[in-house]
Amino acid sequence: MNYFPDEVIEQVFDYVTSHQDRNSISLVCKSWYRIERLSRQRVFIGNCYSISPDKVIERFPAIRSLSLKGKPHFADFNLVPYDWGGHVYPWIVAMAKSKVNLEEIRLKRMVVSDESLELISSSFANFTSLVLVSCEGFTTNGLKAVAANCSLLRELDLQENEVEDHRSQWLNHFPESSTSLVTLNFSCLKGEINLAALERLVARSPNLKTLRVNRAVTLDSLQKILSWAPQLMDLGVGSFIHDPDSETFYKLKNTIVQCKSITSLSGFLEVAPYCLPAIYPVCSNLTSLNLSYALGIPASELIKLIRHCKRLQRLWILDCIGDKGLEVVASNCKDLQELRVFPSDPFGAGNTVVTEEGLVAISFGCKKLNSLLYFCHQMTNAALITVANNCPNFVRFRLCILDPTKADPLTQQPLDEGFGAIVQSCKGLKRLSLSGLLTDMVFLYIGMYAEQLEMLSVAFAGKSDKGMIYVLNGCKKLRKLEVRDSPFGDAALLADPGKYETMRSLWMSSCEVTLGACKALARKMPMLNVEIIDDSELTVDEALCGGAPVAVTADGDDKQKVEKMYLYRTLAGPRNDAPEFVCTL
Amino acid sequence: MEDEGQNDVSVASSSTVDCDLEEHRELNYLGLSDCSSAESYRLTSLSGDRKNDLNLKATELRLGLPGFQSPKREPNLHFVSSGKPDEKLLFPLLPLSQKSVVTGNKRGFSEVNDPIPKEGNWMFRASENEGPDSSNPGIKIKQSVGTAGAQSNLGNGIPSKQSKEHSLATSQNNASNNAPAAKAQVVGWPPVRSFRKNSLVSTSRNNEEVDGKLGAGALFIKVSMDGAPYLRKVDLHNYSTYQELSSALGKMFSCFIVGQCGSSGNLFKEMQTADSSKDLLHGSEYVLTYEDKDGDWMLVGDVPWNMFMNTCKKLKIMKGSDAIGLAPTAAEKSTRGY
Repeated sequence: MNYFPDEVIEQVFDYVTSHQDRNSISLVCKSWYRIERLSRQRVFIGNCYSISPDKVIERFPAIRSLSLKGKPHFADFNLVPYDWGGHVYPWIVAMAKSKVNLEEIRLKRMVVSDESLELISSSFANFTSLVLVSCEGFTTNGLKAVAANCSLLRELDLQENEVEDHRSQWLNHFPESSTSLVTLNFSCLKGEINLAALERLVARSPNLKTLRVNRAVTLDSLQKILSWAPQLMDLGVGSFIHDPDSETFYKLKNTIVQCKSITSLSGFLEVAPYCLPAIYPVCSNLTSLNLSYALGIPASELIKLIRHCKRLQRLWILDCIGDKGLEVVASNCKDLQELRVFPSDPFGAGNTVVTEEGLVAISFGCKKLNSLLYFCHQMTNAALITVANNCPNFVRFRLCILDPTKADPLTQQPLDEGFGAIVQSCKGLKRLSLSGLLTDMVFLYIGMYAEQLEMLSVAFAGKSDKGMIYVLNGCKKLRKLEVRDSPFGDAALLADPGKYETMRSLWMSSCEVTLGACKALARKMPMLNVEIIDDSELTVDEALCGGAPVAVTADGDDKQKVEKMYLYRTLAGPRNDAPEFVCTL
Repeated sequence: MEDEGQNDVSVASSSTVDCDLEEHRELNYLGLSDCSSAESYRLTSLSGDRKNDLNLKATELRLGLPGFQSPKREPNLHFVSSGKPDEKLLFPLLPLSQKSVVTGNKRGFSEVNDPIPKEGNWMFRASENEGPDSSNPGIKIKQSVGTAGAQSNLGNGIPSKQSKEHSLATSQNNASNNAPAAKAQVVGWPPVRSFRKNSLVSTSRNNEEVDGKLGAGALFIKVSMDGAPYLRKVDLHNYSTYQELSSALGKMFSCFIVGQCGSSGNLFKEMQTADSSKDLLHGSEYVLTYEDKDGDWMLVGDVPWNMFMNTCKKLKIMKGSDAIGLAPTAAEKSTRGY
């Protein structure tokens, strides 16, 4: 194998960048394993509990970029108790101690404390990039440390995090010498911002390409900021309300026209419809538009806006756009690849205004569509089959019918056939979320046809263990399976224990799985952590405030049902930071 | 995939799809057959006696729409609808024009529930969305009041909407055999991230703080009147012209005034429209003013109705004499250009 010196092979490996590919080449032979591990700079750990930080550092001493994911996906929807885990601090400590040259940290669904941020800012001299997605546990004090100490900072990207505002004036702490910012996204922060400091920061950051501000940044300030940054490519606006006759508004329109590089627009956390025309000039260049937080814009205004956006590839929008609005999208946005339609009123019965018709219209107009998240009031098999016919390129297909067990309203049938058509037609489907009335049949189809499926989300679906067994048997590439409120029990769980070592994780809540079966599985598969999570003793409020839970043990009756089970493959053994309500069997 | 022999549920060896598995079992490099296909045999033999129940060939998917069957197919397919004539669901497999699919659905649906011509449905929805005041096309029937086109169809539109909702409700009742109290709020459903949920909640709360709720639902504005002991609230979405607003307010506040109404029953001197000239305060008793988002008090009638709806924070019925100072300000603002 090795006709070339290591340095040459290393050069070749430099071109191999995807994690999966690098994992593959490391398996070829011992010397490739060695060369690969010594040269790998970007490390992705999909489950922070699957391996210890020390092992990672030992294997990849040249690590420069660390990506970690913590809580299971269903944590997004309050199904995982507050204190479950996912702390990043041990990782930062280990990295700091080992003196690796860490430059980039990307975290998703992790608990990040201010101490962690402070440690990051003081331990890594070349630190350039911090990306936090759906994280929590830190305050603006932590941000202050990052701003003040990371002199080479290029990227500070905070997406949808829960951040406590301690009025830290963190923006002021970027030193005057800091001129390297390329990405600054603080749209999720709820507090006030020193607007003058922000303006000065933008003015001295000539490389700034992405700027997403929070609600506290007014139109006034935005106009001044934009005049300093005509090179911006990605803009997230904060408050977009003003008297359309005012001088400020007039100036803003002129300034926006100068920003010829803007291809992505988002934010609009507060917006009035009559202000939207200000952005018409940039619409023709937009490839990405996120209006999913913009409550209160009537469909007619949205439609007018969309008509200007002929080049859109990604659109995130609220369902107020309506089926008719989606028809306009279909006829205007021929390049659309990703569409997300969010509910403007998740609990309002009957207030949602998109149905299967909107989706069908989209499928006729947007043939390049490959990624969908669609919250709707109803769906029919006929519509899904039409969509499957029109758009065979789906990689991600996530459908959420607001009434989770709703049948096809035309035929009263389950939606098995519709989803079956999707998996049969979309041969590259990697991610699928189901909803509506579904029997075991849909899982048979998924097992038969969804050969590339990596992640499946199931809620209120299926009739028996067979459903889950079809999926576990059929989907060879399955990595993540999450199930809630479905009648899958012990037979399904234990049908193929070895399968779970080929997967990242399995979540089952409110199913029919018993404690005994979980214990049996844990005994049989030592490489799995089988966690039982029992927060039932807590009220919701107690859980949120970290109230004293009752300790969960493995001593209960084997026949009792387990409310929440989360299992994942791991090299690190049972974790030592599990709270009382989590028991690793 | 028309393969007779393909009975396995696992798709392990997809390369063998075309072969009859009995004859062309693929061997791995050790000369052994692929373990997983052996497993799949086991699985099918386990369910062998169930084969007839599953009827896999019949449940084989084609990408045709329900009701469209090739002659060989067996009659009891899952996607044949219960009891309704197939022709309703029978669509040609050729690329459909968008409208025929959509209205086809509508037709099938509404014919079952309510014999309304499809044009009626279509126009009703069209008018909902294109009316100037519509912010929530699915719900507020009242909003189409100002739109001429919808008038004739309103009568048709409303019953169809109600019947649609009614049949949706019954279908929910029929279908929810497995559903845990689907109407009650289930934890974590719908799967919207808490961050997003909280954001939308605080946005709508902020909008309310501005003394009105933008967007879906009503737009309530407080109306006060000099000398009246209490104030009223009106929903601006109920009106589409200044005339309507003014007459409604006149009726609302008439109890506070003794003998002040003009001949037409209007409380106010003629409302200014965007075109008319500024000078209207010929000593009329009351004028209608509003506070806009900047906190300025302006005469109602200056701006187009839509803009007024979006900028108006509060309404105040002032005595004409008090309002004289407003006129120049209003004129000034309107010359800025928009």
